[in-house]
Amino acid sequence: MSSPSLAARVRKFFAGDIAPRLSLDLDIEVPPGITIVFGPSGAGKSTLLDCIAGLTQPDAGRISIDGEAFFDSEKKVNLPPQQRRIAYVFQTLALFPHMTVEANVAYGLANVAQQKSGALVAEILQMFRVETLRGRKPREISGGERQRVALARSLVTLPRVLLLDEPLTGLDAELKASIIEDLRAWNAAHQIPILYVTHSREEVDALGERVIAMDHGKIVSEGTPREVLDAPRRRRLAQAAGFENLLAATVLDLREPDGVMRVRLANADCEIEVPLGHAAPGDHVRVAIRAGDILLANEAPRGLSARNILEGRIISLESRGTLVVARVDCEAVFTVHVTPGAVRSLELAIEKRVWLVLKTHSCHFVQG
Amino acid sequence: MNIEALLLSLRLALCVAAILFVLGMPLAYWLAFSRWRWKFLLEAVVALPLVLPPTVLGFYMLLAMGPRGPLGKCWQAAFGHGLAFTFAGLVIASVLYSLPFAVQPLIASFETVDRKLVDASAVLGAGSLRTFLRVILPLSVPGVITALVLSFAHTLGEFGVVLMVGGNLAGVTRTVSIDIYDRAQSLDFAAAGRTAFLLLVISFAVLSAVYGMNRRAARRAWLPWAAK
Repeated sequence: MSSPSLAARVRKFFAGDIAPRLSLDLDIEVPPGITIVFGPSGAGKSTLLDCIAGLTQPDAGRISIDGEAFFDSEKKVNLPPQQRRIAYVFQTLALFPHMTVEANVAYGLANVAQQKSGALVAEILQMFRVETLRGRKPREISGGERQRVALARSLVTLPRVLLLDEPLTGLDAELKASIIEDLRAWNAAHQIPILYVTHSREEVDALGERVIAMDHGKIVSEGTPREVLDAPRRRRLAQAAGFENLLAATVLDLREPDGVMRVRLANADCEIEVPLGHAAPGDHVRVAIRAGDILLANEAPRGLSARNILEGRIISLESRGTLVVARVDCEAVFTVHVTPGAVRSLELAIEKRVWLVLKTHSCHFVQG
Repeated sequence: MNIEALLLSLRLALCVAAILFVLGMPLAYWLAFSRWRWKFLLEAVVALPLVLPPTVLGFYMLLAMGPRGPLGKCWQAAFGHGLAFTFAGLVIASVLYSLPFAVQPLIASFETVDRKLVDASAVLGAGSLRTFLRVILPLSVPGVITALVLSFAHTLGEFGVVLMVGGNLAGVTRTVSIDIYDRAQSLDFAAAGRTAFLLLVISFAVLSAVYGMNRRAARRAWLPWAAK
């Protein structure tokens, strides 16, 4: 079997009188296998899927698989969703609540002879390990089981493309991994392009071979999870990727032999060392640092390899379950995540003097 | 007690509820899902009988059904007799009069069906008729029942429109409410009271039976073609 790719060039504008106006403007090529679409909420991810599925009509563009167009604004082609053979699993799953698992899965096989459809349903239910639930209603089964049923319902129709809109939110990592494994097993045999939308870093790390990062309706980067997540080029994407600290800074000098550059944080007499980036002295840049990557000490640390040690005082401590969010004023204000145990053993309190330790490679250089 | 009038009223209410079930469904579907910009005008027309005095509606219906009215002329051409002061005329007038009571509960329940289910059905290849029959309608059963009951009960109790359009012909257009009015006017309070009480009992029994069913239906859809 050949390996057909999905190609989508989509432009869509929303007038939007309430929400800020979103325009979707991108061009992607999705080969068989899982491709993750990653970005903050409101980036246009779901709209992109709606356009591909035919639930929303783009203003212009072309959407095709293997060269065959579902939508082509120039040639006035716009197939309705019923004729596209694209499967779409929504975030809410949208299982029909009044039908059994079996009836849900058989729903897309209306044009298949009953005997054959029964066999197909039995086969896919077994593949996704839900064959014992066939007589139950969606509300009588667990969240993970519902997700498996939704996948089975979509895939039993042998779609040409699978669209997944955050289908595994709310499941624990182990359950997620086992469902993904079954999905991969199915796709090893069928080789269709799968677009998997998420805003969760963990899912990107766990799943991805290929990642497309989106923001404001545009692609901001593409590549492996490492490449995309660790080099955020846009502020909002950096926040979505878990960079709680985004600090404006000015480049002081480049030390190319060491692979580093020194920057001065804006409005602060405070210099730090960050990995070398495409910048020149005097450039205004941003530095992104995850709150969990910052170490906290209650006396001046010595003998460390870390190059950046900043002195400051705690201005707030806020407990969030198993995590305490500390805000530390070192002229620039940093957000730091520590454990409740660390708060006790370091006797952290508001106004207490502390030292922050930042590894050079935990400081990410962000353009613009 | 006038059994003839009571049976006539029941027959009228059943006919009207049945006709509204057939007509109201597509109309409500269209009103719930259409994005036509002038839709609100039709919504207003459908709601008109709620605010118009029955005599006003009855008056216009009488004009339309009269020998020179458009409805009356068509009916005359098709069946060889007029429409005013007949049972058929009564049915047509009552259908209009009870229209909002059928259509509005249907719209309300169609609109509460999760749009994602409708989208999911389309993506799975179902056209709009199949989506309606297998997804929207089964999930709207309480609304459908409410629509049926309200159009039945509202027709059973109507008075002004019947009087304007049907007059008071025993066995043809003398419904139970008109019979009660007649008796009370002629000071036969005992007969009026018996009929009125019977109407009260029947109305209460029908409404409570259906609302009871509705409560169960809200928990599980039970239309035969949906349960499969």
